[in-house]
Amino acid sequence: MRRALATLLVLLALAGAALAVTPSERLADPALEARAREISKGLRCLVCQNESIDDSNADLAHDVRVKLRERLLAGDSDAQAVQFIVDRYGDFVLLQPPMRPATYVLWFGPGAVLLLAAGGMAIAFRRRHATDDAVPPPLSDAERERLDRLMRETEG
Amino acid sequence: MIVEIGHFALILALVVAIVQAALPLAGAARGNVAWMEVGRSTALAQFLLMAIAMAALMHAYVTSDFTVVNVIENSHTDKPLLYKITGVWGNHEGSMLLWVFILSLCGAAVALFSNNLPPALRARVLAVQGMIGTGFLLFILLTSNPFLRELPPPLNGRGLNPVLQDPGLAFHPPFLYLGYVGFSVSFCFAVAALIEGRVDSAWARWVRPWTLASWCALTIGIAMGSWWAYYTLGWGGWWFWDPVENASFLPWLVGTALIHSAIVVEKRDTLKSWTVLLAIITFSLSLVGTFLVRSGVLTSVHAFAVDPARGSFILLLLLVAIGGSLALYAVRAPALKGGGLFAPVSREGALVLNNLLLSTGAATVFLGTLYPLFLDAVGGPKLSVGPPFYNKTFVPLMVPVLVAVAAGPLLAWKRGDLLGALQRLWAAFAAAVVVVLGALYVTSGGPVLAVLGLGLAAWTFVGVLAEWTERLKLFRIPARDSWRRARNLPRSAHGMTLAHLGLAISVAGIAASAFEVEHIDIVAPGGDLPLAGYTLHLDKVEKLQGANYVADDATITVKRGDAVIAVVHPQRRFFPLQQQTTSETAIRTNFLADLYIALGEPDQAGGWTIRAYWKPLVPWIWIGAVFMAFGGVVSLSDRRWRVGVASRLRAPAAQAAAGD
Amino acid sequence: MMRRALFLLPVALFLALAGYFALALRPDRDPQALPSALIDKPAPAFTLASLDGGGNLSSDGLKGQVVVVNFFASWCVPCRIEHPLLMRLATQERVPIYGIAYKDKPEDSRRILAQLGDPYRGTGVDRDGGTGFDFGVYGVPETYVIDRSGHIRQRFVGPLTAEVVEKELLPLLKQLNRS
Repeated sequence: MRRALATLLVLLALAGAALAVTPSERLADPALEARAREISKGLRCLVCQNESIDDSNADLAHDVRVKLRERLLAGDSDAQAVQFIVDRYGDFVLLQPPMRPATYVLWFGPGAVLLLAAGGMAIAFRRRHATDDAVPPPLSDAERERLDRLMRETEG
Repeated sequence: MIVEIGHFALILALVVAIVQAALPLAGAARGNVAWMEVGRSTALAQFLLMAIAMAALMHAYVTSDFTVVNVIENSHTDKPLLYKITGVWGNHEGSMLLWVFILSLCGAAVALFSNNLPPALRARVLAVQGMIGTGFLLFILLTSNPFLRELPPPLNGRGLNPVLQDPGLAFHPPFLYLGYVGFSVSFCFAVAALIEGRVDSAWARWVRPWTLASWCALTIGIAMGSWWAYYTLGWGGWWFWDPVENASFLPWLVGTALIHSAIVVEKRDTLKSWTVLLAIITFSLSLVGTFLVRSGVLTSVHAFAVDPARGSFILLLLLVAIGGSLALYAVRAPALKGGGLFAPVSREGALVLNNLLLSTGAATVFLGTLYPLFLDAVGGPKLSVGPPFYNKTFVPLMVPVLVAVAAGPLLAWKRGDLLGALQRLWAAFAAAVVVVLGALYVTSGGPVLAVLGLGLAAWTFVGVLAEWTERLKLFRIPARDSWRRARNLPRSAHGMTLAHLGLAISVAGIAASAFEVEHIDIVAPGGDLPLAGYTLHLDKVEKLQGANYVADDATITVKRGDAVIAVVHPQRRFFPLQQQTTSETAIRTNFLADLYIALGEPDQAGGWTIRAYWKPLVPWIWIGAVFMAFGGVVSLSDRRWRVGVASRLRAPAAQAAAGD
Repeated sequence: MMRRALFLLPVALFLALAGYFALALRPDRDPQALPSALIDKPAPAFTLASLDGGGNLSSDGLKGQVVVVNFFASWCVPCRIEHPLLMRLATQERVPIYGIAYKDKPEDSRRILAQLGDPYRGTGVDRDGGTGFDFGVYGVPETYVIDRSGHIRQRFVGPLTAEVVEKELLPLLKQLNRS
């Protein structure tokens, strides 16, 4: 199954040897085309690795580019056009994962790690300075005597 | 016959590795010097055996021995010689063989260049190296043997994936592995130190050069991979945050943190348990990267084999290697005593900040890489984590790193003077402001974040230079005295300056990639395509016959006004064996900007799609990486690393003097 | 004590990670599986010209029965792998399978069906792939199970295999037909 699917994906990629964003796909209206390009950069080429449809030469990426432009021509807002694609292909098509409970760990994880690490470091820092700054207790008489003896021995 | 010798050498290497793992360790525990010394001879023997195995497989490839399954699956008689050789590691089995070969190379290097190491530490380091070798040799022999035969042999092989038939990519894996596997030495040192229960400045001084050397190789390896993506993909992308790219970037980030924290251990005898942990994590991430690529849990352009048995085996190796070392850490590390104290604002403080940010950055990349897999494994929705995520999380973390790169080295150890340091950075501040204003003017308010990125690069670049001139007292004392100071300055200081400058250069290239100009259109032969002040004139498109492909070869004259700047030849190559088309882009660089031209499809009317880009400063990304690696090499040449050798040489001399 | 616990943290985190790697390695997990965004949602509305020339194939026409919708194309190599299975399903198991010829010239589709046999009760022509797009098709072949109310219940990406048919497709059809 897996092997067959891998073959399939390769075949899919082959089916469209056209390179990303071909001149024929472009919209006549430059403002609309610019919007399409911008949106395209955030949509994943579904059969590629982390490549946007704007950069991919896969056949499916071409389809999505064309559909996206159709929606924009039909008067959709950027958000509506993106939703149109997401309705069909799921969140997987978004290169930026949406913010929702299932992705809170992803989105807030880095900040939490930074805060925890910085906080832990600050505490460790303060604690060490609190303990180590204390002046060591003075030597007892016995210790002083031993030290003197040792010093004499090494000098002699 | 030669194949069998290779196979046999591989089995012998396993036996030797087991001895290397056991005897020196026991010797170190009992104080048996003879047993300890076995570590060195077995490490050298293992290297020799792995070299034989490697050579045997290479021989099979070069002579197109199609009785070997691995050769059938990945080679072809029509393939150019270079790719017959590099095809050895263009597949799962061969690349694992290369992995272990480099591991044995590292072991041999430790055995040869460790005369100044206490014998017990050396024995333990080599023993841990032997354990890793044992694990991976078992893996190769049991699940991924490249020497298996198939009879009767087919007439020809299936060939190598055309996208891998490229000089840049041919040498990308060896460098990458040299980096990945090189970190195993730091790992072994960390585990050996935990077994001994002692970490001190001497330990840090031994670990740093090994870490630095691996880091340099990894830097070059990653840069090569991204450069390959840049010139081969036909639109100039160079980093995708692809899981496998991330797998190589993670050890780089943590390895970078390790280089810096080891400085603190060496100079100030503190941050020990943290540094040991970093050394373990750096190599662990290399192992996890290997797992992700080789197990098939992720799918990627880089993933060769999808075989659950291999995945389970590597997972087992991970459990033993990482789980074992971290458990040892949990038991032994609490006993490691911290040394010198320092104020938050100090050189140590800056290095701690560097570690905090780089580690958090690594955690971010780790999370972004594995979170989709995690959600999927627990039955959640499929997600993509692409560049926009990293731009919003990872990139902001790196901004303070760059700010600190300029300021940190100006701070004194123990207690620094931040205000004084910032005052000495006035030139950097001025440069940043000038660059930001200048870039805003030139790009007429262009992408603000990219402009700020350029400003940050300028700040770092000038700040690093300011620190260097400060050290040399350049312009303040006679030039000759500055020269003398420069010569007396430790090489590692020059190395640091170079590496930090390289970072600034790369950042400038990355930031400026937002300013690229693109022009994609269909051009008939004889037609023109204007681009950023240049004119690209398509002279003709011809069919060319390559070694194992057919190419459409375009001749494009690049003109500026009437002056001809260059004639370039972008190609589309069709590989009939694999039925695959690749793009050979033409890149014309003047080191300030690249003209990037790719040939697309023909249309019915005889025109050709030409994709042309003007990419300012983009070559700096890789120039910067070369600077970074070169800085590392300069630092490696510092005589302080060889101080042990020097003191041994001095000892007989001193005796001779005493004898007089 | 706190300090000790802190040193245990790395190994604890790693073990959690390893556990989840083990989960990801389960043999029944396909890293390339792509669940449809339309599972348990109404199938997209479509009206396609019929391949045999008479009438059309529409989403409304499929309502009221549990059906299998298969996207295929004559240029698709993996489709030929699953074709015998589709034939078996149609003839032996009497599963109502409807075909949608995805981005294919009608004459090519007709020729391939004439050559290999036609497992479909009806076949629609999706010349520009618009219906495929509405279904969220990645590539051909893809197979959808649609229930009586017209909701998509399952999607199979890539060629069906005997194992998938026995363990997933047929039990699902049985269950949907019962309810």
